Amino acid sequence: MPEKRYIMNLSDIFQETYTALSANKVRSGLTMLGIVIGISSVIAMVSIGQGAQSSIQSSIQSLGSNLLQVTPGAQRSAGGFGVSSGRGAARTLTLDDADAIAKEVSGIFAVAPEVSGRYQITAKGTNTNTSVIGVTSVYPTVRNVQIAEGSFISDQNNASGAKVAVIGPTVQSDLFGEEASAVGQSIRINKLEFKVIGVTIAKGGSGFTNQDDTVYISLTSAQRYLAGGKYVTTISIQAESAEAMAQVQSDSTDLLLSRHHISDSTQSDFSILNQNDLISTVSSVTQTFTLLLAAIAGISLIVGGIGIMNMMLTTVTERTREIGLRKAIGATKKDISMQFLAEAVALTIIGGLIGTALGATGAYTLTALGVLQTSVSLTSILLAFGVSAVIGIVFGYYPARRAASLNPIEALRYE
Amino acid sequence: MIEVKNITKVYGSDENAFQALGGVSFTIHEGEFVAIMGPSGSGKSTLMHILGCLDTPTSGTYCLDGKDVSTLSDDELALIRKEKIGFVFQAFNLLPRTTVLRNVMLPLVYATVDADERTKRASQALLAAGLQETHFLHKSNELSGGQIQRVAIARALVNEPSLILADEPTGNLDTKTGEIVLGTFQKLNEEHGRTIILITHEQEVAAHAKRIIQLRDGVIVADSTMHARKKIHHES
Repeated sequence: MPEKRYIMNLSDIFQETYTALSANKVRSGLTMLGIVIGISSVIAMVSIGQGAQSSIQSSIQSLGSNLLQVTPGAQRSAGGFGVSSGRGAARTLTLDDADAIAKEVSGIFAVAPEVSGRYQITAKGTNTNTSVIGVTSVYPTVRNVQIAEGSFISDQNNASGAKVAVIGPTVQSDLFGEEASAVGQSIRINKLEFKVIGVTIAKGGSGFTNQDDTVYISLTSAQRYLAGGKYVTTISIQAESAEAMAQVQSDSTDLLLSRHHISDSTQSDFSILNQNDLISTVSSVTQTFTLLLAAIAGISLIVGGIGIMNMMLTTVTERTREIGLRKAIGATKKDISMQFLAEAVALTIIGGLIGTALGATGAYTLTALGVLQTSVSLTSILLAFGVSAVIGIVFGYYPARRAASLNPIEALRYE
Repeated sequence: MIEVKNITKVYGSDENAFQALGGVSFTIHEGEFVAIMGPSGSGKSTLMHILGCLDTPTSGTYCLDGKDVSTLSDDELALIRKEKIGFVFQAFNLLPRTTVLRNVMLPLVYATVDADERTKRASQALLAAGLQETHFLHKSNELSGGQIQRVAIARALVNEPSLILADEPTGNLDTKTGEIVLGTFQKLNEEHGRTIILITHEQEVAAHAKRIIQLRDGVIVADSTMHARKKIHHES
């Protein structure tokens, strides 16, 4: 005796499903609508979240890539009873530290020491209070600053301690207005006259610093005329690659500890901020935010699934006699449960398709209209599909099992 | 080929127990046309469910084609129904909004017969049940009562069953259409040698069969072959 097959062909299941769903188009459509709304809101919400994440990440990257920032840390006086001064206020980093890092640590692309402070700046009757940073010529490479007009601080400017300045677009408009060219004009920083030699390209504010509202002068003149002393406030280190960052961070830490004669690393008088750490922190925040949005949208998906279950239970009751007839002519339990499961899954998959299209269109519209940055990822589409199929199976299972377990005699008698 | 030995069926348990069949035994050979007759409550529906493998007896044995089917599971019974039994019911025989051809093919769908073979066999069965090809693609709700029952007969035939079971097939039809449907059964029995069991409570309907088993209160009260009467009826 050949092996008996207990389940009908797939193409027959499709045909039965099509007949059943098209028999009651309005009901099928309304039920599907629940899934459409659920899936499209999940897709839209996740793409808004991911869009926010990528725009925040790119603005962090715009500060410079593979960046490590060394800042002076709390310096404690020996004995353990000393008062610790605020981080960044301490004067523990010097230009020699920066040179030593550049010379002795491998895997480094460039090292940019800087001295920063806030000063009152005046020009022909206008004034502003903004940050002034003393930099070297590698600063634009490391911190991703581009010049719109004129030129940046050169090595010669640094060597000679020339009083020249490069200003950000915000400073330019504050001091000289939107239209006028600032290059060649004079500004006064802390009552000293500096000549403007360049203007940087607008980047937009990012996080806590605004590179557009900044005046760059040479490191030497900043130390000589403004800050005084040989100290620097930040050393920016650009690693050769993202992979080298951990090694550069630990080597630089070791080097600075030995240069500052500190044996206990918990007592270090500086701290190194890894840009990747910052990105991963921000990423985890936006991921939580995305998850929250998806969870809210997911609730509507569950409600849609309950709608499917409701419709399938009604269908099973309505078609009790049909089920009895099918069983009488030889349909097995599996045949019946597959048929009803297929109906539920078909509803959710078609709903998922339409929902994905709607959600993606909505996200693209938001981006196109410039309301919000969104990004529709393949993962979220695949996830939406997977979820809708699973919802079909989960919410279709109980009605299908109920149909399959009907007694054919009672089903045929059902009025 | 059908051997029923001392079958009983009890519904419920303890004091609420109701005995629908109280020890029924008979044998039906291949090619017979048997009517099972009795008033409502006589147990004929219960007997039909057992003969049709929709239900199993409480005790006793039922052998179909030499196989004891009285103790099978639900899915095993479904397989037996798929291969050996064709049903014609009183009402709700066809799937609504489905073509005549698809309705007849349904048992073959569950038997996973391939598409070409299905169409061929369904067409043959429909022609044998007296339907014209012009009706094949009509929806089942566009048919008359007599046509519906003949489509149901075609569906019962299509998987070449050992046994066709008809439960009050003329119950919803007027006398004239009923005669046509009963005539179809007679033709299938006489010309194609099909084994048919007809369940009815009407004497006139039972008279179309060659043998009548009469049930009352769950037991057989008469079992008569009506060859003579059958002939007279046929000639008149």
